[in-house]
Amino acid sequence: MAYKIVASQCTACGACEFECPNGAVNLKRDVYVIDPKTCTECEGHFGTPQCAAVCPVPNTCVPA
Amino acid sequence: MLAAEPKSCGISVRHGKASCGAHGGQGDLPPAIWDKVKTHPCYSVEAHHHYARMHVAVAPACNMQCNYCNRKYDCANESRPGVTSEKLTPEQAAKKVLAVASRIPQMTVLGIAGPGDPLANPDKTFRTFELVAKAAPDIKLCLSTNGLALPDHVDAIARLNIEHVTITINMLDPEIGAQIYPWIFYNHKRYSGVEAAKILTSRQLSGLEMLSARGILCKVNSVMIPGINERHLVEVNKAVKSRGAFLHNIMPLIAAPEHGTMFGLKGRRVPRTSELKALQDACEGEMNMMRHCRQCRADAVGLLGEDRSAEFTKEKIVTMTVNYDSEARKANQAGIEAERRARIMPRQEDVGEHAGGTSDIKVLIAVATKGAGLVNEHFGHAKEFQVYEVSQSGAKFVDHRRVGHYCQGGHGAPDDLAAIIRSINDCHAVFVARIGGRPRGELHKAGIEPVDQYAHEFIETSAIAWFSSYLKKVKSGEIQHVDRGDGAIRQDPMMSVA
Repeated sequence: MAYKIVASQCTACGACEFECPNGAVNLKRDVYVIDPKTCTECEGHFGTPQCAAVCPVPNTCVPA
Repeated sequence: MLAAEPKSCGISVRHGKASCGAHGGQGDLPPAIWDKVKTHPCYSVEAHHHYARMHVAVAPACNMQCNYCNRKYDCANESRPGVTSEKLTPEQAAKKVLAVASRIPQMTVLGIAGPGDPLANPDKTFRTFELVAKAAPDIKLCLSTNGLALPDHVDAIARLNIEHVTITINMLDPEIGAQIYPWIFYNHKRYSGVEAAKILTSRQLSGLEMLSARGILCKVNSVMIPGINERHLVEVNKAVKSRGAFLHNIMPLIAAPEHGTMFGLKGRRVPRTSELKALQDACEGEMNMMRHCRQCRADAVGLLGEDRSAEFTKEKIVTMTVNYDSEARKANQAGIEAERRARIMPRQEDVGEHAGGTSDIKVLIAVATKGAGLVNEHFGHAKEFQVYEVSQSGAKFVDHRRVGHYCQGGHGAPDDLAAIIRSINDCHAVFVARIGGRPRGELHKAGIEPVDQYAHEFIETSAIAWFSSYLKKVKSGEIQHVDRGDGAIRQDPMMSVA
């Protein structure tokens, strides 16, 4: 139960990093990566996964 | 909360119009306001001839999507908002500001305008301002936002002494908003359609009121999108004026398929120069309009018409030594002020006197200039032309036209000359410091008079002298006055020539 970022489409704007309630999104080299161990799909925090809701590129932040 | 009376940041209102200094010099602006705008190239058309600004791209994230925007990080040749070549950390940005300030002493303003939204990246934005305020307290701070997060940050903006804030407001009517904004991210939720537009408008207007109440100068930017909001922007103009906006900047939509924006891909039409001017003229009775906006990049550096960002890349700044000398900057700016005072603005009577009799004729002229308010650029070297409207009421800056770089090492490119002529096709004359034989002939053929007799003289005085003689010739029957067609707003990528 986690989200992932499609690296080839990510613009590295960092909006998801700022919104993640678990600190699961981190910049690794020039790409943002979601740590599947820490990601909870925002359950218990918000109604929808925040990273996917704020991502500006369609189909780039998706269920893993 | 509706503000019934214009507050205009304490500016006196006469004839229903806040008498702000967007056109010309101080005019009847209160000294406190004049002090804020006199060296800000975006807030004073007169200042933009002399002073430079820079943007630092520290804010890549955004909290909404606009159909005219596509944020890219890799394109050095495009010039439009949202575009940048590289992102900076606040520390890198502060170093860049000092490097530019020590090399371009007339750089007076630091703006953060993206490439996303500064207030969707509040920590990076405010950290950058803090670092710069500490190291270079004479630099004015400025930010440009979509307004969605603005009410949450007004106190921080006031605390950091950010004197100028621009809000982009394209609509009040949510049905129109739904055609411009596919979604917003607000309160941890994604909203779309009419619902999104309603939230956005309410946040933008309350943010504007809060800033006005704190005496922070606000400019409102609006993108003119033919077929969507062009008539509606008159309503927007009234609404922002009543909430204390200082200046309104209506910009043409930029939309070409290669930009990858929704409007570009869908082939949405961009405004014609005459449509844009008519809308700006219609709003000018209400408040001052900014017409000198160059819709610059999120990492632009230099005078508004130029872009020197290529001289200050991340790679180059690392190796630059920074010698921030505030005394030298002060001395340089004092020199500019002396030059500005020496510039004699022609009076209305001068035109009437010279021409004899009254006339309704209004013409546009294009001017090749490198700045300082002078006719001082070679036709073939001009990267843009400034457009002035000349009539018996005087000469007024009304527009500018970006052009391709026509003269490359002495070799002219024929297609570019035709494109330049198309871009100033609505002008009766083009004022230049020098011009070659071929362009001179082509301009004559197109019905545009090339004028080089005012080389290195002041633009307004030259324009009026030329216009007086034009009127005389029309009166004597030597020439016949005819209306010109439309100019073209160039959409193609521009090479940034350092």
